[in-house]
Amino acid sequence: MFEKTLAELAQGLASGEFSSVELTRSYLDRIKTEDGALNSFITVTETEALAQAEAADQRRSAGEAGTFTGLPIAHKDIFCTQGVRTSCGSRMLDSFVSPYNATVIENFNTAGAVSLGKTNMDEFAMGSSNESSFYGPARNPWNNDCVPGGSSGGSAAAVAGRLAPAATGTDTGGSIRQPAALCGITGLKPTYGRVSRYGMIAYASSLDQGGPMARTAEDNAMMLNVMAGFDPKDSTSIDKAVPDYTLALNDSLKGLKIGLPKEFFSGEIDPQITTQVQNAIREFEALGATVKEISLPNTQLAIPAYYIIAPAEASSNLSRFDGVRYGHRCEEPTDLEDMYKRSRGEGFGEEVKRRIMVGTYALSEGFYDAYYKKALQIRRLIQQDYVNALSEVDIIMGPTTPHPAFKLGEKSSDPIAMYMEDIFTISLNLAGMPGMSIPCGFANGLPVGLQLIGNYFAEERLLNASHQFQQATDWHKQAPTS
Amino acid sequence: MEWEAVIGLEIHAQLATKSKIFSGASTAFGAEPNTQACAVDLALPGTLPVFNAEALRMAVMFGVAIEADIGHTSVFDRKNYFYPDLPKGYQTSQLFHPIVGIGHIDIELEGGSTKRIGVTLAHLEEDAGKSLHEEFPSMTGIDLNRAGTPLLEIVSEPDMRSAEEAVAYVKKIHAIVTNLGICDGNMAEGSFRCDCNVSVRPKGEEKLGNRTESKNINSFRFIEKAIKGEIIRQIDLIEDGHTITQETRLYDANKDETRSMRSKEEANDYRYFPCPDLLPIVIDDDYVEQIRNCLPELPDARKARFIEQFKLGDYDAMVLSAYRELGGFFETTANTAGDAKLAANWVMGELSKHLNQHDTDITVSPVTAEMLGGLLLRIKDNTITGKIAKQVFEAMWAGEGNADEVIEAKGLKQVTDTGAIESLVDEVISDNQPQVDQYVNAEPDKRGKMIGFFMGKVMQASQGKANPGQVQGLLKQKLDALAN
Amino acid sequence: MSLDRSDVEKIAHLARLNIAEQDIQEYAENLTDILDLVDQMQAIDTTDIKPMAHPMDAIQRLRSDAVTEGNQRDHLQTVAPAVEAGLFQVPKVIE
Repeated sequence: MFEKTLAELAQGLASGEFSSVELTRSYLDRIKTEDGALNSFITVTETEALAQAEAADQRRSAGEAGTFTGLPIAHKDIFCTQGVRTSCGSRMLDSFVSPYNATVIENFNTAGAVSLGKTNMDEFAMGSSNESSFYGPARNPWNNDCVPGGSSGGSAAAVAGRLAPAATGTDTGGSIRQPAALCGITGLKPTYGRVSRYGMIAYASSLDQGGPMARTAEDNAMMLNVMAGFDPKDSTSIDKAVPDYTLALNDSLKGLKIGLPKEFFSGEIDPQITTQVQNAIREFEALGATVKEISLPNTQLAIPAYYIIAPAEASSNLSRFDGVRYGHRCEEPTDLEDMYKRSRGEGFGEEVKRRIMVGTYALSEGFYDAYYKKALQIRRLIQQDYVNALSEVDIIMGPTTPHPAFKLGEKSSDPIAMYMEDIFTISLNLAGMPGMSIPCGFANGLPVGLQLIGNYFAEERLLNASHQFQQATDWHKQAPTS
Repeated sequence: MEWEAVIGLEIHAQLATKSKIFSGASTAFGAEPNTQACAVDLALPGTLPVFNAEALRMAVMFGVAIEADIGHTSVFDRKNYFYPDLPKGYQTSQLFHPIVGIGHIDIELEGGSTKRIGVTLAHLEEDAGKSLHEEFPSMTGIDLNRAGTPLLEIVSEPDMRSAEEAVAYVKKIHAIVTNLGICDGNMAEGSFRCDCNVSVRPKGEEKLGNRTESKNINSFRFIEKAIKGEIIRQIDLIEDGHTITQETRLYDANKDETRSMRSKEEANDYRYFPCPDLLPIVIDDDYVEQIRNCLPELPDARKARFIEQFKLGDYDAMVLSAYRELGGFFETTANTAGDAKLAANWVMGELSKHLNQHDTDITVSPVTAEMLGGLLLRIKDNTITGKIAKQVFEAMWAGEGNADEVIEAKGLKQVTDTGAIESLVDEVISDNQPQVDQYVNAEPDKRGKMIGFFMGKVMQASQGKANPGQVQGLLKQKLDALAN
Repeated sequence: MSLDRSDVEKIAHLARLNIAEQDIQEYAENLTDILDLVDQMQAIDTTDIKPMAHPMDAIQRLRSDAVTEGNQRDHLQTVAPAVEAGLFQVPKVIE
């Protein structure tokens, strides 16, 4: 049962092979036995999950079931979930039981999905290894000594470890694609504005985007069907019709133009990754695609621009955590300033404090033009690179990460080394276009991810290409031995 | 040395929207604490702002009214600072691209001349909540009902040179925003507040002196007093050889003085940057034109019309045009009565007196404009005298009906029956022989004034109901007959 | 750009973060490294390039002025650290 995809589970529910309660209970049982090693969940909502499953079964027997009714999934603990602790991986919100639902959560509730619980993540989504979580790191199911990637590391580990058939994630600089690559699953960062950010705790508002993580492109399409859509509560949400993402999955790739940016195949990159990615591209050629080299000349500027824009926005976004209306408040504050400083000093972990300080500095008097404004200008240059490239090709492909999963602790003392792991994913958030990571092989027994990048609102195209690749290969079917 | 004050003002006008600038919570004043603070206002994690269309429309209305440049693209910025009544840890405001650019208004100075005052800009922002320091012994209580109420901050050029000019400017802005219906103007409830920037310099000097900012003054009188006091304080300090510290001061109405607010002044670095949760507001010309075309009449235009149409004097026209409701009341009264001068006198006199005494807003006056007009008609057609009319007004105020009903019920109709008046006149003449003798013996040109005595007696005898014109005519006729 | 202890203290104060005395030096070094990394941007001439705040240069949508949120005080204050008489409590602020 745990090897079934979301689509197969949906069929099983529809045919009456098993009920949602049975399905949910078996996942809950598996989480109990297996998650001790993975630490992929922060909160498991057993009671709520079984109640939702029961309601889903009733809905089905009343003939009112939709595609998603009764399917159990997990949510990154960044999505506010009413009545459930929503911690964002932080001590700051350890006792925060959200009084409202994120739009994404509402959408899944409406679709009749079952939530198994809330997955582990880097604190406030700041990290690429899940090691900054207040709840301890999630671990990579392929090798428990390795990180699952981050920040949606818990979601990736849970899906790869077969503790949930699918999960939600968020991607600010690669936080869906990088852990998907490191854990050997399929993840999609949609176009900025495609999925509502309402109720998704903000890290960097202009970069954050929620998206699906699952084992196959088809499952991603099913998830995105529920997640995507205009939300009047989010000013940055885009009012554009949402297609049924499953409809174009089987289109032929004949004539598909693939661009390979030379900047993604040079520099600090594991040669085994390059090899696997090149093999995958040959597979696409076999499926009828054509390939050409392109250039994204400003790629090396993405990390500098990102590490101004994201911390600047974060420094302001995280000011609301002041211990007044919710969240951690220090014991016995002597005065207001003491309350602010100790509540925040105790509530936030090291990486979060570091980024708040970088952002605070970058925005402080006299530095705005040199840092924030400059970064927004560079951001436009990076976006132009993508716009130009995507006027010549349909999909840009390359590795998702320069290395496979690294060991826990290996990079945690060197922030810059950690930041460099996002070199291939980060620029896309600046440009706002959609990107995917799909499994395309192994390096030293650890999964390798192929990244696919498309133009604004080209999610259908990316899912179609990924699905066709997955019809022809079985990398996505590989399971870690547990 | 002769000194000159330089004054610039920042006015915060709460916009009269139903809901908040970025959330669907109510902006109504006076609710129980935190009952009008929703998840967005509380800045719960994950919540996001969505901009209120009405706040935009109101801001543009103001811009059009002061003939300002309206920015084609306007952007919200975050002003970052920590304060418990600021839930997000930043105030959403506008620094780089305010919605309203350079404009101006004209103020009337004593002696009838006008002066043009520049408006630098007006930008939209959200109000903060309230910190209540007195409720608990060792704690401060935070009420976030006000948090997120839309504010239009109107910044003037430092064009004013006296407290009187400053007050004239504030009153003019107040009149504009209330006439536009974009602000209720209630200063006591904080809907309209003023920060005063004051500096002094030797007359003739170009360079500006160090300025102080007195914050959140909430009445016209306090603005005048605070500025006057601050000018004197600064001149005294400089003349004693001190320099003025650039600082924020708080006006204490009880002590009638400003004092330093150093606690809030610590090296603020607001780290402004464009709010990434909100997108640029694009305002096209059609939108502005649409607003221009349906802009209500403004005080200056209404004043000019009152002078032209109703032949009012300058002062009456100014007072009656300042507020939309007052102007409307006057117009209805004047049109009903068919006599603008009489209507102006009654609206500014008896009506205003009653409204003040009973602390009643003109919109809920128990005597409506139609009722007052009806009363004035009865004066004009000689049904009642002006004196009786005041009695009728009292009765109408007390809810005893309209003018005709009151006159009828109380039997206040003026006596115009010549026979009845003549007998009263004869009675008075025969009862006051010494005064009649004086009249008869007086020089003819002195007699006019002496007739007043007899008038009073006759009116008294008629309980005010005799027609004064008829009484005067008859008295003159009879007394002159005795004299000749 | 190199940051020293006093820079870190100033920034931490602006951000209202309590930083342990023994950690200040490490933060100073980390922040300096990050600023060195981002300083690569300064080599690029960005004159006349319009800053990009939103990926699609979308414009702000407007909400109609309607009260849609009622009184949710009790519900929303369940997560508050200290509430009395409906007011959020903070240590006394001296004005």
